[in-house]
Amino acid sequence: MKALKIFEEAYEQGVIEKNFSRREALARGLGLGLKTALAAVPFGLLDALGNKAQATPSNPDIVKILNYALTLEYLEDTFYKTGLATSGLIAAGDMKIFMQISKHETAHVALLKTTITALGGTPVAEPVFDFTAGGKFPDVFTSYQRFMGLSAAFEDLGVRAYKGQTVNLAGAKDVLAVALNIHSVEARHASEVRRLRGSKGWINFAEADGLPGFIYDGEENVIQLGIDVTTVTTVSIGAVTQAFDEPLSMPPVLQIAGPFII
Amino acid sequence: MKEQKLHDYLQERLYKPIRRKRFLRSIAVAGGSFMLGLTACRKEGQPGSGVIDVGSADIGILNFAYALEQIEAAFYTKANASYYHNAPLSEKQVLFDIMHHEVAHRDFLKAALGSNAIGDLQFDFSSVDFTTRDSVLKTSKALEDTGVSAYNGVGPLLQSADYLKIAAKIVSVEARHAAAIRDILNPRSADFAGDDVVDPATGLDFSRTPNSTTGGQSIVAIANSYLLTKISASKLP
Repeated sequence: MKALKIFEEAYEQGVIEKNFSRREALARGLGLGLKTALAAVPFGLLDALGNKAQATPSNPDIVKILNYALTLEYLEDTFYKTGLATSGLIAAGDMKIFMQISKHETAHVALLKTTITALGGTPVAEPVFDFTAGGKFPDVFTSYQRFMGLSAAFEDLGVRAYKGQTVNLAGAKDVLAVALNIHSVEARHASEVRRLRGSKGWINFAEADGLPGFIYDGEENVIQLGIDVTTVTTVSIGAVTQAFDEPLSMPPVLQIAGPFII
Repeated sequence: MKEQKLHDYLQERLYKPIRRKRFLRSIAVAGGSFMLGLTACRKEGQPGSGVIDVGSADIGILNFAYALEQIEAAFYTKANASYYHNAPLSEKQVLFDIMHHEVAHRDFLKAALGSNAIGDLQFDFSSVDFTTRDSVLKTSKALEDTGVSAYNGVGPLLQSADYLKIAAKIVSVEARHAAAIRDILNPRSADFAGDDVVDPATGLDFSRTPNSTTGGQSIVAIANSYLLTKISASKLP
């Protein structure tokens, strides 16, 4: 859990998760001094300045978010590498699936590191993982069912985690584009592994399909942009909940991922 | 790496994927009527008689999404009205679920747009043979992959944080669909997130802005290949 402290502190300081208004952003910038404020403007400067509805997050804020994403990617990357290296764990017929997922997670780790470094930040070191979560899942690498279950949990959690940060990256368009294009790949993974487990590729209400229920808390939401979607469509409530994936902010994601990180 | 270099690097990765040719070929095969797409292309930027322009800025983007969702909802409604020959229950269930999701997206976007919404579009699915599995599933795959790259492409263009949230909530469901359909077409393979749609070097899906013709047909042109009522997005990139 020590590895997560940096994010918790960042959250408490309000540099993450808070959607700054333009006025707030300007005040912050002026408070830091003009030079710092300008230095803090990420690439896409003109775009961001012309974009009145979106505040421009500073590089340190973006780096913190990317290091948070990197931590989750390390977790996935190590999880799949370990699974693939454990002979007899993954059904032979499913190897191509997990090799493809693993390939993507490795690529995400490399891409996030490159991006963080380019922004002047330092990529966090890879934590040590305990995929038994302190003994809760002792059979994670001996039971294929358990392995698939945790895989689905990590992928669905990843989708929610990236989704939860999109707004915080809104002023840094390149980084936002990267986050969105990782986000949809995690969703492809999630769908595939869910189907492997015999579930649907999409999330019905907040059904956890045998996984820890809190991963799916809030997925039953039917209110979008203040509109109760069930009142404007003929499809069932369940289908409406399936049609919209819900974000998760940093604290609950870290709470869920925490037990796997030493 | 300097920031400008990073910007260029990411632009290259995000918008000019290496294997785009394969991706576009799959769309062209399933999408049929290429000529319709070309006709629509010529009309872009000069919306004339019969062409519905989606508008500018956030409303334009939402209307563009609304047009895509109208196409998807209509396609799956037709596919579910009478399934292709010998469709197994498992495949019917997936098509049934997806239809409901796309109808929910369509109806929600219409409600959210209110008086700004474009009208009901008319469709041309003459390129699809709804009696054959191959035609239906390949069209579905093309529509879902197009939807993913379209939402990913417009996300960074949105001014409103609330609309960005909505785009993110929808795009992952489209990605779930794409993976499921790809899995049905080629079970137990890497295709659910294949190298044709996810750049193996970066692990990134593709972003495409509405009119980008990098590597081939724009999304507007692909949409128009399924439309009698043509759309344009002359005020969007």
